[in-house]
Amino acid sequence: MSSFIQILLSGLATGAIYALIAAGFTLLWQTSQTINFAQGEFVMLPAFFILAAMNAGAPFWLAALIGIALAVVVLGLLFKLVIVDPMLRHGVLPLVISTIALSLFLKESVKASYSSQAQPFPHLVPAVDIDVFGAVLSTQSLIVLAAAIVTVTALHLVLDKTRLGRAMQATAQNPALAVILGVPVRRMVLYTFLINAVLVAIASILVSPIYLAKFTNGETLGMAAFVAAIIGGFNQVRGAVAGGVILGVLGNLSAAYLSAQYRDAFPLLILIAVIMMRPRGLMGRREERTV
Amino acid sequence: MSRSGCAAVAAMIAAAIVAPFYLKPFGIYLISMWAVLTIAAIGLNLTLGYAGQVSLAQGAFVGIGAYAVALLTRAGCPYGPAFAAAGALCFAIGWLLGYPALRVQHHYLAFVTLAFTTLVFLVLRNEEWLTGGIYGIDDIARPEFLRWSTAAPRDFYFFCLGTLTVLALAAWWMLRSPWGRAFVALRENPVRAQSLGVDTRRYTLMAFAIGSGLGGLAGALYAPLVQFIEPGSFALSLSFNLLLMVIVGGSGHFFGPFAGALVAVLLPEWTRAVEGYYLILYAALVMAVMAFRPAGIMGMVEDAWEAAFRSRSRTPAAAGRGAQDHGPAPAARSEVAG
Repeated sequence: MSSFIQILLSGLATGAIYALIAAGFTLLWQTSQTINFAQGEFVMLPAFFILAAMNAGAPFWLAALIGIALAVVVLGLLFKLVIVDPMLRHGVLPLVISTIALSLFLKESVKASYSSQAQPFPHLVPAVDIDVFGAVLSTQSLIVLAAAIVTVTALHLVLDKTRLGRAMQATAQNPALAVILGVPVRRMVLYTFLINAVLVAIASILVSPIYLAKFTNGETLGMAAFVAAIIGGFNQVRGAVAGGVILGVLGNLSAAYLSAQYRDAFPLLILIAVIMMRPRGLMGRREERTV
Repeated sequence: MSRSGCAAVAAMIAAAIVAPFYLKPFGIYLISMWAVLTIAAIGLNLTLGYAGQVSLAQGAFVGIGAYAVALLTRAGCPYGPAFAAAGALCFAIGWLLGYPALRVQHHYLAFVTLAFTTLVFLVLRNEEWLTGGIYGIDDIARPEFLRWSTAAPRDFYFFCLGTLTVLALAAWWMLRSPWGRAFVALRENPVRAQSLGVDTRRYTLMAFAIGSGLGGLAGALYAPLVQFIEPGSFALSLSFNLLLMVIVGGSGHFFGPFAGALVAVLLPEWTRAVEGYYLILYAALVMAVMAFRPAGIMGMVEDAWEAAFRSRSRTPAAAGRGAQDHGPAPAARSEVAG
C-alpha cells in the first residue's frame, strides 16, 4: 500500500509537469491552429538558458528569471514572428513540417553549442524524504506538485476571471466575432504564445532537476504533451491538464505493475485507444473540433 | 511529359548508370543509400503528396521490411521471396493500421503514426529472442541471382537502381491510371471527389497501404546494403527524415522524392567541414523551404523550367504579353533570390 502511494505521488508529480506542457500546447492550437511539434524542445531549452546564466555567475534565482525572460523572447515572440507568422498563410501542414524541423534545429543547436552530456541542474529544495504513514515521499515530488498546481490555478484564473483571459477565449472560439466585438485578436494570439513560453520555462525548471538537462529531453516530454492534449481533448486547456495527470499516473502505475520495458508504450496505447474511440478527447466538445 | 522533360530524365538515368564507375566504394554506398531512401520516399509521397495524409510511420515500415528480410534470409529463405514477403507484410500492416487510423485525419493521423513508430521501435528493442534487441542483426548476406552475385558494392548498387527503376515505373503507371487520378482528386478536393463517387476512405487507405509496402521494400534493400541493422536506425528520426525528404523534394511531384533523397544523402557529405552542424543547417534549410517555397525543389525546378522554356519559344511581343499576364511572379522570384 505504501509503495502504491509513493508510485501514485511521483506519478502525479510527473503528470503535473505534463499538464503544464500540454496546456501550453493546446493554447497555441486554440488561438492559432499551431501544432507545435517542437513543444518538447521548448521545455528542454530554458534549462540551458538557466545553466548558461549560472555559468556566467548569476545565482540560481536570477538565472531562473533570466531563463524565463529569454524563453518568452525566443520561444514566444521570435517563434511567432519568424516561424509561425510567415507560415500560416500556407496552411497547417507546412507549419507542422516546419516545427518538426525546428525541434531538430533546437536539439542539435544545444548539442553543438552546449554539450551532448546530461548536465546536473540545481534542485529547488534540498532532496529530503518525508515519512507519511509508512510511505516515503520526496520533497522533490511535493514541490513539483505544488508549483504545478499554483501555475495551473493562476492560468485558470487569468483565462476565466480576467477581461484579458476572456478576450483570449473569444479569440480562440470565434476570431471573426471577436474582432467585431473589439478584441485585438492579433495581440491576443501573441499573448498565448508568450504564456506558452512561460509555461514551458516553468516546466523546464521543474523537470530538469529530475531528468537532468539533456538535449534529448524534449523527445519524451513533447510526446507526452501531445498524448495528454489528445486524451484530454485538443480544444480544452482543462482537458489538457486532466490528460497530463491521467497520463503521468497511469504511466507510473503501469511501469511499476505491468512492464518496465514497455513503459513508453502505455501512453501510446492509451493515445491510440482514445483516438479510435473518442477522437474529441475525454473532455472535448464535438462542435469545437474545427479541423 | 514533354520532349525536353524526357531528355532530362534520360540524362539522369545515364548519370545514375555511369556514376558508380567514377566513385570510390563509399560514394557507391551513398548512391545505393539514395536509391533505397528514394523508394521509401516514393511510398511516403503517395500517402502525403497524393492522398494528403501526414504519416510518421514510414521509417517504421522500412524497419519492419529490413528485419523481415534479415530474419527470413537467415532462416534459409531465398532473397526473392523474402523481398516480396517484406513488401506484402508492410502492405498488410499498413492496411491494418490505416483502417482505423484514417477515420481520423490530418494531425491526428500524424500522432497515431508517430505512436506506431515508437511502438515498433520498442518491440524491436525489447523482443530480443526475435530481433536480437539492441545488438541488432549483423552479417546480412547480399543476394545472388542465378550466377550474378551482388556482394560487390557496384553490383549491389545496380541491383538497387534496377529495383528503384521498376518500382518507380510501377508508381508512375499507377498514378496515370484511374486509381492514381482518384488519389490526386482526394488531395485537391476531398468533398468534390466524394460527390463524384470516389470512395474517399478506401482510396486513402489504398494509398497508405501501398506507400507502406514501398517502405517495406526499401527496408528489404536497406538490410543487405548496410549488412547490419539495429532498432535505433528505425526510430522516429528516420520517419522524420523521410518526411522532410518528401517535403524538401516537393510533395506531390513525381520526381520530388528523388531530389529530396539526394539532398538528404549528399548534404551531410558536402557539409563535412561543419561536422556537427550539418543537422542544424538541414533543419534551417527545411524551415526556409517551408517559408518561401512550400512546393520544394521540384516546384522551383518547374518554375525555372517554365521560365526558361517560355522565354526561348516566344517572340518578343508574346514574351512581353506573358510578362504582363504573370505580373507578380518575377517580383516574387527576385524576393526569394534576394
